[in-house]
Amino acid sequence: MSAVVSPIREPLVRGHKTYHQITEDICAPTERAPGFAWVVAFTVAVSFLALYVFAVAWTIWFGIGTWDLNRTIGWGWDITNFVWWIGIGHAGTLISAILLLFRQKWRTGVNRAAEAMTIFAVMCAGQFPLIHMGRLWLGFFVFPYPNTRGPLWVNFNSPLLWDVFAISTYFTVSVLFWYTGLVPDLATLRDRSKGLRRKLYDMFSFSWTGAAKHWQRWEYLSLVLAGLATPLVLSVHTIVSFDFATSVVPGWHTTIFPPYFVAGAVFSGFAMVQSLMIIARKVLNLKEYITLEHIESMNKVILVTGTVVGVAYLTELYIAWYSGYIYEQFAFYNRVFGPYYWSYIGMMSCNVLVPQIFWVKKWRRNVFLTFLLSIFINIGMWFERFVIIATTLARDFLPSSWSYYSPTWVEIALFTGSLGLFFTLFLLFTRLAPVVAIAEIKHILKSAGDQYTGPDAQHGHDAH
Amino acid sequence: MNSETKQQILFGLYDDDEQLLDAVRKAKADHLDIMDVYSPFPVHGLDELLGLAESRLHIAGFIYGALGTLTAFGFMTWVFTRDWPIIFGGKPYWSVPAFIPITFELTVLFAAVGMTFTFYAVSRLWPGADNPILHPRITDDKFCIAFDTTACEEGDVNKLKNFFEATGASLVDVKEV
Repeated sequence: MSAVVSPIREPLVRGHKTYHQITEDICAPTERAPGFAWVVAFTVAVSFLALYVFAVAWTIWFGIGTWDLNRTIGWGWDITNFVWWIGIGHAGTLISAILLLFRQKWRTGVNRAAEAMTIFAVMCAGQFPLIHMGRLWLGFFVFPYPNTRGPLWVNFNSPLLWDVFAISTYFTVSVLFWYTGLVPDLATLRDRSKGLRRKLYDMFSFSWTGAAKHWQRWEYLSLVLAGLATPLVLSVHTIVSFDFATSVVPGWHTTIFPPYFVAGAVFSGFAMVQSLMIIARKVLNLKEYITLEHIESMNKVILVTGTVVGVAYLTELYIAWYSGYIYEQFAFYNRVFGPYYWSYIGMMSCNVLVPQIFWVKKWRRNVFLTFLLSIFINIGMWFERFVIIATTLARDFLPSSWSYYSPTWVEIALFTGSLGLFFTLFLLFTRLAPVVAIAEIKHILKSAGDQYTGPDAQHGHDAH
Repeated sequence: MNSETKQQILFGLYDDDEQLLDAVRKAKADHLDIMDVYSPFPVHGLDELLGLAESRLHIAGFIYGALGTLTAFGFMTWVFTRDWPIIFGGKPYWSVPAFIPITFELTVLFAAVGMTFTFYAVSRLWPGADNPILHPRITDDKFCIAFDTTACEEGDVNKLKNFFEATGASLVDVKEV
């Protein structure tokens, strides 16, 4: 990690911090009583979580007949939510793994929270296929365990089963990666606390001491886990896209799906990171660690991936026309002009047009605008999945079975409730663990912070 | 490790990573036997100075990964060619391309889980582990060099104390663990 950072680059840690101040600043939110904003946010989040629990219970008790799915449209909001949540998770792994391999130091300010976001998003995502099964209590059937029915194995050739493996592996590896990064910081919290709190943090930090050999192994482990997580994260959304791409449904059966899904996932994930970070840096007073430089870097990623997604949308349309295959052509005509034309407009405007304003540097660095846009993108990417799923299914091969689908209150409650689950977990996380990776920030302080000491360091120059 | 006899540890704290590296250099030059060095974040260059061997975790990771590859591919092969062959979509029983995604996922899973657990096990880090915590500021902003002085005579201990003074340690203390 001896990359030379140019002194002309903007510092990633501001405010002339000492190591001790960094500890104080980042530990503070976990050590003081929760503020008013936190209490309000938590109350709202838990209320939605309660709604979620109620809607899940309702679904299980009465069956998925309480949803408006029908024989033609068998996947609706449920699978849309699943793909949306999984996509959001991708930014965390991209920041923590891919940017680690690329030695992008700006990842340190946001990686911890982004990884936490990944884990919570994957938890939300995993619920939807399970609820969608209808008989939730038979969910374990997806695993290939020796059973008394033969043993009859699961179908290893099915993309839906690949999904089971991809998502459970993704979740496990993300948790391991995140927690291993967290262990030294939990030890920092332990050494600042007393009594029961100290005992608990000692248990959760595995009695970490910071010995040289441990750090050496820890860095090795982080690097190899990053190397493993990088192809993993690309595989996960690729496999999710296989759920659609390996079918013979016009509009789904396309080879462009894997890269297009991965780009869309990173796009929506970064939007969610922006939404969360912009609030977190203000509420938790972390503006010197999550700087405008971080926000601008993430906006650049949003611009690139958003444009990739836009190109994919246009490519799909072009290929549908160029194929000369009327079913394919109809599928795309139906997307743009069919009964769900409004969701196509929502998708195109939120995902392709709106992010283009990030070509302007001044707007990339505008916090309010970034926040507003990140919300638009989250909505747009939800529409994208809805367009792909519901629009395609609504007009199948037989006009007599064409149908229209709109969600019932149960489905709406499940979606908004899953947001409650996500935010409840995230808010708890901000109280229990450092939101910024303390050890990693200290590590880059002299190489990429405002106390740069490397070659060509500009002494006496204040970067502010 | 030796739980019955108490270990006596003499340690000094430094305020800066550069200072720590200089001190370790001097200790090596003076042939002092450093027990361990503790820091709030990984200090680069320390491994070489202390003569720590390169970690072999990645080799373990490769072995776990290979085990995952074999497990997944072997199991699917056995199920679909021996235990319960079924034709899916007119494809051969042994449809290798369809096995790739799960084989890949289990390779990553085995490697990641195996490596992480190996890391914690060999580093003796787990819930309830009783590792010596010499000073609460080591996980905050202090850099620590520790010497095992259990079997040392007073002259040797004084020599170490002089070393700490000469290298600018901000605090020197003894702890029994």
